[in-house]
Amino acid sequence: MATIPSIDLAIPEALPRRRGRSSGAWRFVRRNPLGAIGGLLVLLMIVAAIFADAFATHNPVRTSSRVLVAPGSEFWLGTDNLGRDLYSRVVHGARISLAVGLASTLLGALVGGLIGLVSGYAGGTTDLVTQRLMDIMQALPILVLALVLAAALGPSLTNTVIAISVVIAPRAARVVRASVLAIREFVYVESARALGVSHARVAWRHILPNTFGPFIVLVTAQLGGAILAEAALSFLGLGVPEPYPSWGRMLSIAAAEYAEKAPWLVIYPGLAISLAVFGTNLLGDALRDTLDPRLRGS
Amino acid sequence: MRTYICKRLLIAGVTLLGMSLLLFVLMRLAPGNITDIIFESAGYVDEADRHKLEAELGIDRPLIVQYGRWLGDFVRGELGKSYRYDLPAWQVIKPRLPVTLELAVLAMGFAIALGVPFGVISAVQRGHAIDYALRVVSLAGLSMPSFWLAMIVILLLVRSMGWIPSMTYVSPFDNLWANLAQFLLPALAVGYRSSALIMRITRSTMLEVLREDYIRTAWAKGQRGRTVVWRHALKNASLPVVTLIGIEFAFLIGGLVVTETVFNLPGVARYLVDAIQFRDYPIVQNLAMLIAVVVVFANLTVDLLYTWLDPRIKFGA
Repeated sequence: MATIPSIDLAIPEALPRRRGRSSGAWRFVRRNPLGAIGGLLVLLMIVAAIFADAFATHNPVRTSSRVLVAPGSEFWLGTDNLGRDLYSRVVHGARISLAVGLASTLLGALVGGLIGLVSGYAGGTTDLVTQRLMDIMQALPILVLALVLAAALGPSLTNTVIAISVVIAPRAARVVRASVLAIREFVYVESARALGVSHARVAWRHILPNTFGPFIVLVTAQLGGAILAEAALSFLGLGVPEPYPSWGRMLSIAAAEYAEKAPWLVIYPGLAISLAVFGTNLLGDALRDTLDPRLRGS
Repeated sequence: MRTYICKRLLIAGVTLLGMSLLLFVLMRLAPGNITDIIFESAGYVDEADRHKLEAELGIDRPLIVQYGRWLGDFVRGELGKSYRYDLPAWQVIKPRLPVTLELAVLAMGFAIALGVPFGVISAVQRGHAIDYALRVVSLAGLSMPSFWLAMIVILLLVRSMGWIPSMTYVSPFDNLWANLAQFLLPALAVGYRSSALIMRITRSTMLEVLREDYIRTAWAKGQRGRTVVWRHALKNASLPVVTLIGIEFAFLIGGLVVTETVFNLPGVARYLVDAIQFRDYPIVQNLAMLIAVVVVFANLTVDLLYTWLDPRIKFGA
């Protein structure tokens, strides 16, 4: 670092850029090449999840005697220790990951968002008590809380979703509350109240829609975390049970015995997790920049 | 100042009390009570024996009494008994603490050593190729499950060098080098993720600080670039970074849960997973509570550090 680094001291663009003929989507791609890549990865995952049956070359759960076959023309990504086609399992795994990830993120974000709305709008004691409750929920690391919850509820698809959403809810509550606190002070809220609009309606119609930006940012940011949490829980045997092909559990089988003999069992499911989460993270970052202008460029 | 600390301590106490209640309820929801599990392995159930055991464990008492007794024991440092090992829990946990602590400290060390400088460079070189590269690397760190990264690293080592880190734990007092060799990889695998977070927050706060007037003044005075960036700017950008480091340190335990399992390290986090899998619920309850205590006190420390790092912060709020 001998040279003086160049620093962006330019005055922020004061004038709004003239809108060209390009559509909103194209502008997003041009401004956020990384976000576009993320969007593409997410799209790929969604397509794989929806059309898993069409993409899969084999039945993902049917076992065969051809165990630990190396990747080749018949089994694109090889087979596992029970002779199941890994490629088909990875494709179907997208369905599980996305379903669990989306369901838990949406459930957690909706419940948390409502809590945040009430907490922020009501203020006073309600707010104080709610915030302390959220503190309590956040006193354990995400994975530890999810583990304890999953253990208490027992391993099943629904319980995995519940466990992860419980972890996400307090984070959503925080975000929505913070923006409600700011929006509550706006003049238009006061004028709505002055016009005799009820509290419930003000909160629902005038405040809630304005928390949408941070909310979307939160959902995309948490989606990656939820997919990772599902993978970790399933890896530890406390998440999605058999026979669902979960990426995390595929890795736990591989880790146990076959890593050296069949490295593809380690590589591909993990790569699928990483790419899916990478995609949501890239997209989430780009959406944050677009929807939350205060954070632009940070 | 004193009232501020008292208030913070009170909040921490309330949080932990709530956590203890939550954990207690969750463990009562868990399928099967401990007597089922003990008798399950024996293969027969004698009702008289079961009642005797329930009385011995105190689980025939009202829930509120059970809760009070557990809390009292926990505060006194009585962590109960491990049914699996038939030992007092503390005897099982104690030798595991240094393992987890060493791993956490090493991982955090990596995270800071990589995260802060890269974050600064990324902010200074904003929009340049190196900024993009570093941001992609950090996002990748947030995207890869640490246990998978660990597995891949082991796999690569085995393939390329035929070397596997020892899978039985070596104490640093017996053989420091073997111990470090063993801890280096898991610490890197866990630390990578934290370093990514630290880098992102360093970058964004640095970007904000670099726009400030006093930085412009420093430039105008003809200060060297290095001095401006690393002394003037970083110092003021350090507040959110310190917060994050404090929070991350506690949350590192979450990452350790799986990493200790993959690397077969006998740490506390792995013991938690074992206890859950063997339905050793009293241990799960106590360990989770112990982790909550660590997290809450880490957060408290960060809050108090704030006031030391930034005297402008008032204690009132």
